[in-house]
Amino acid sequence: MAAEKKLVGYLCTGCGISERLNVNQLQTIAVREGKIPEVKQHARLCAPDGVQMIADDIAAGATHLMLAGCSRRSKVEAFSFPNVAISRANLREGVIWARPNTPDNQETTQEMANDYVRMACAELRYLNIPSPSGEQKLNKNILVVGGGVTGMTAALETAAAGYPVHLVCDEAELGGVWKNLYKRVPFRAAASAVPNGYDVDLPQPEEPGITEMSAQVLANPLITVHFNAQLSKTSGAPGRFAADITNTAGATVTENFGAIIQASDFKEYDANQLPEFAYGKTPDVMTNFELERLAKAANGAPLKRPSDGKIVESVAFIQCAGQRSEQNGHLPYCSGFCCTESIKQALYFKAQNPDCDTTILFDDLRTPGAAGEDFYRCGQQEMVTFSKGKASAVVKNSAGLTVKFQDLILNEATELNCDLVVLATGQIPNNGPDPYAQLAVDEAETEEEKEAARIKLEVAPPSILNLDYRQGTDLPQLKHGFLDSHFICFPYETRRTGIYAAGPVRRPMDMKQAMDDAVGAAMKAIQAAESAANSAAVHPRVGDLSYPVFRKEGCTQCKRCTVECPFGAINEDENRYPVFNESRCRRCGTCMGACPVRVISFENYSIDSVNQQIKAVDIPDEFSEKPRILVLACENDAYPALDMAAQAGIETTPFARVVPVRCLGSVSLSWITDSLSSGYDGIVLMGCRRDEDYQCHFVRGSAIAAERLSKVGDTLTQLNLEPERIVVHEVAITDLERAPRLLNEMAQNIEKIGMSPFKF
Amino acid sequence: MGDMSKNYRLNFLKEVEANVEEGEWVKMCMQCGVCSGSCPLGKFWNHPPQEIFMMIRAGKREEVLTSNAMWMCTSCYNCIVRCPRELPITHIMHGLAHYAKRLGLIPQQQPTAKFAQLFWNNLSNKGRVNELKLGVKLYFMNGIGEGFKTSLKMKDIGMGMMKTKRMNPLEIVGGHGLEDIKGFQAMLKKAQELEDQRIATPRP
Amino acid sequence: MAKRQYSFYPGCSSQKGASSSNYLISAQTMCEELEIQLNEIPDWNCCGASIGYAGGGELPRLTLSARNIALSEKHHPGQDIVATCAACWLSTREAAERLQHDQARCAEANIALAEAGLTLKNQTPIKHMVEVLIQDIGYDTIKTKVKRPLSGLKIAGYVGCQTNRPFGIAGESFENPKYLDQLVETLGADSIPQFEKKVQCCGGALAFSEPEKSQEMIKGILESAYDNGANLIVTPCPVCQMNVEVYQAQINATYGTNFKMPVVYYSTLMAVAFGRSAKDAALTGQVIPAIQLEAIAEKA
Repeated sequence: MAAEKKLVGYLCTGCGISERLNVNQLQTIAVREGKIPEVKQHARLCAPDGVQMIADDIAAGATHLMLAGCSRRSKVEAFSFPNVAISRANLREGVIWARPNTPDNQETTQEMANDYVRMACAELRYLNIPSPSGEQKLNKNILVVGGGVTGMTAALETAAAGYPVHLVCDEAELGGVWKNLYKRVPFRAAASAVPNGYDVDLPQPEEPGITEMSAQVLANPLITVHFNAQLSKTSGAPGRFAADITNTAGATVTENFGAIIQASDFKEYDANQLPEFAYGKTPDVMTNFELERLAKAANGAPLKRPSDGKIVESVAFIQCAGQRSEQNGHLPYCSGFCCTESIKQALYFKAQNPDCDTTILFDDLRTPGAAGEDFYRCGQQEMVTFSKGKASAVVKNSAGLTVKFQDLILNEATELNCDLVVLATGQIPNNGPDPYAQLAVDEAETEEEKEAARIKLEVAPPSILNLDYRQGTDLPQLKHGFLDSHFICFPYETRRTGIYAAGPVRRPMDMKQAMDDAVGAAMKAIQAAESAANSAAVHPRVGDLSYPVFRKEGCTQCKRCTVECPFGAINEDENRYPVFNESRCRRCGTCMGACPVRVISFENYSIDSVNQQIKAVDIPDEFSEKPRILVLACENDAYPALDMAAQAGIETTPFARVVPVRCLGSVSLSWITDSLSSGYDGIVLMGCRRDEDYQCHFVRGSAIAAERLSKVGDTLTQLNLEPERIVVHEVAITDLERAPRLLNEMAQNIEKIGMSPFKF
Repeated sequence: MGDMSKNYRLNFLKEVEANVEEGEWVKMCMQCGVCSGSCPLGKFWNHPPQEIFMMIRAGKREEVLTSNAMWMCTSCYNCIVRCPRELPITHIMHGLAHYAKRLGLIPQQQPTAKFAQLFWNNLSNKGRVNELKLGVKLYFMNGIGEGFKTSLKMKDIGMGMMKTKRMNPLEIVGGHGLEDIKGFQAMLKKAQELEDQRIATPRP
Repeated sequence: MAKRQYSFYPGCSSQKGASSSNYLISAQTMCEELEIQLNEIPDWNCCGASIGYAGGGELPRLTLSARNIALSEKHHPGQDIVATCAACWLSTREAAERLQHDQARCAEANIALAEAGLTLKNQTPIKHMVEVLIQDIGYDTIKTKVKRPLSGLKIAGYVGCQTNRPFGIAGESFENPKYLDQLVETLGADSIPQFEKKVQCCGGALAFSEPEKSQEMIKGILESAYDNGANLIVTPCPVCQMNVEVYQAQINATYGTNFKMPVVYYSTLMAVAFGRSAKDAALTGQVIPAIQLEAIAEKA
């Protein structure tokens, strides 16, 4: 049943609006041009009586509200009304705070306000009220992939919150890469009150607690463990994932899940690639992982060197072995856990014999975590020798080993003799193949690049998730094989909604950090399952009920939406039509921006809802000296930056008309061509940083938009317009000074190149 | 390169811990180099403090103890207040210098070492410093000829000090001193004995 | 009102005919005006200064200061020890703290002290005169005593090392202490807060043993004062005062400079501002005369 739309407008006159603007003129515009039958003025709309007035109107049948007053980012809670459509005209931050209060600016300021009211009214007519799709019911089961400490922690935390877990472990026992730990790097920091600067109670290596944790997992009635098992197929979407769990005997069970956590940890670096350190030539050179197994086997008995069983009296640790190096076969990154690991292992020797010479050759000692620095001092107190030095070679001598190194403090080539050498090697993320590796082959521009991409594809590791997705079997990666996640703001979010990454699969880390990670990912997985049941977006538009609606009859099966969706949310059916998976969707609108035939839209955000705003703006004639600049600003960063600039009293040109967009990825080229042909003089697009260190909330949206717009030059040329009339900028939320300046620069440029000739 | 079999062994660090004032802090240095960068005479140190700390850990006993480095310390305490580990670097440098003196390893003609010893002798004598005697001894510490040259150079300064009554020529024959000079000297002798005993016997 | 009583440790260089005897004279004048009574510790001895480290080991040096504290505790019980000399204050306070933290060393010090019939209780706060001025007296009280504001003078506050590090004045930063500037302003003169060399080392005792190296640093201090338009430099430390003042002719000869910058103690400034004579302010003790201060002191 198509409910009848009942439109009501509200004009807030508070916060200086009535002092700066002719509000009666605004009201007239809303009624006559905006066609809103009833527009009410209120001196402080966000005050309880204002909010009550709106609530009463809704109770009396109002369905569509136009609020003219402050920015859509202000008073969000006061103006949060369920089940109605709302558009907001930004008169405060967008107009009066962005413009100087002087008589000669009065006219242009009023024109800005008039336009924003026109735009809000126009948008409102094209908004529909989204309702839950009901596409999936609540499925509380959570799938955890990985039986290491990360996976076990995720399982225990999820179960502790009352959600059943299936834990898929590819070995016969739990513990994963951590199960050989003799001790763990301490979790506990030193006491904060340190009298007179003297260290007391410094943290020591701790019992690893793996056995206890495994026992807890096995005893937990909410946790089902699948041993010797892998995922042979994963399909569906949040709330309705189906996973085929296959064991080494070939038996498969299929289970349904609300959400998934990938906690497949890491693989040990292969030290055979370090012949300079005599690895493989003598058993007395070993990796940090191998020493750990040796220590666990010794269980407190004196550690002996493997070649002849002599008790170790001197040991050297070579940090960054095969790491932080661009050399072929080395890891280019820091694995983040090896410095504290070496301190811990040096203390194994000190615990048995305080006179054992233990030297740690480091370049930069990095001891992350709350206990890290304290643990470093603990090592120093126990007289572990820390030497800033770069090892170049390990050679055998008559009595043992000689480590040749450059002492970077004393700046000399030197060496030391020892019984045992430990190589602090790194972590390689245990991930499946990069889903875009095939795409890299297809898109390579030269034969060499194609060949390189093909080789990469050939050596790709086996799949872990076996996703039945249009965009590949596993989670997308950023670099060095680590999973793509927004590691500052949304660390556990991957580019597949409802599948969360925890632990060393997303960046190198130690056990404590992996456990903290697992807790976060468990919370997100639960949230994803719950949100899917409510048909609500989980991230970053939390709670958004809108989802892409697709008009199949107009579709040309061009596949742009299925290829460009940053989250692989859209599959294809057998006729190559897109199949939208609502609960995989982040609601960014990149598909809408991609669609050349404009058949994709959201109930409350569509080609029309923006296009009508663009068309509502009054375009003065060519000789008015009043250009119009369309600004399409990302609602996550650029739009807030402009709001905050206005709060800070920074001026913006009166000729700009700003339309917030969900993501630059949602920008349809039709908006650009339509606005050019309707007489706009310039267009500024403001999105997030889009390179490797991207800030785009939708990962690829900003980059995709830039790619699409790089081809707009042709359109301009066809229209005989100057290419400077369209610019794309990367704007951060902190760019308070810069964001308005970019708009002012466009105004200055238009002054130079002249007004658009397309004004009718 | 010589015998490297004792490289990066802890022998010297342990010796420093046992015998050098505040030496137990040496192992806690984290090699950031802020001390070296903060020293007003840093450019004159053949081994800045950061290096000294590393040399101790690398076992370079002779090189450390015969170095001119520690004698460049002006006691400005800049290194102490800036050290992120709050190590008493100034005192460790003093301690190493004193230990070098105790072992007779001071480099030849080290002017600050000589002056510092003169100062100590001067104060031990009467309980208070006699600036004039100290100055004269200082100028003549490198022999009579050098002494007259330095005195000549310093003549104007001396005259200025005398005119403003900030130097008294009569101090050369007497000067300020303690009433209980006997007790004072017995006290110092005792302190010296106790310290000698402690440093001769290695710590448990 | 009764005068504030302090157990006073003047130090060797403050003695009659010694290099900072002018400091003592001006400090005494200043204390008279501020109703501070300084009770000299009977039979005090040298603190060992910093440079004593070569000849004296740790325990002999600690014992030197222990004797002074013990004498103060015996003769002036309950009175805080106050020193005017930066090195005396530093050595004494450092010894007191070390002996508090290191019980073994404290026991040894007491064995040695027994030879002189003394015992260390080590319960006495040890203050620099500047702490007395700022914490016990306060800028407001000091301001009320100003009879001849030092208006028109631009004074570079040279704090130096040992009044500033490692202890310093409570609430001040090591890198940019501001109390001397505030004191200068309190006395009606203009301070130079941006004086870059305010905590630069002057060379200390190495001015004697390593004169070239030290004089290079002193040159930097003087240059900065001139560049900032200072009429004179003020300092709380006798070593700073002497090193920066008396070597200017030698520096001029070495570097071809033309320095003639008076360097005075804060106590000299205060004595003049409080209306006392040039003699009471020990302006007669300036090797480089502070002519502007003399002019103010001559005013009625």
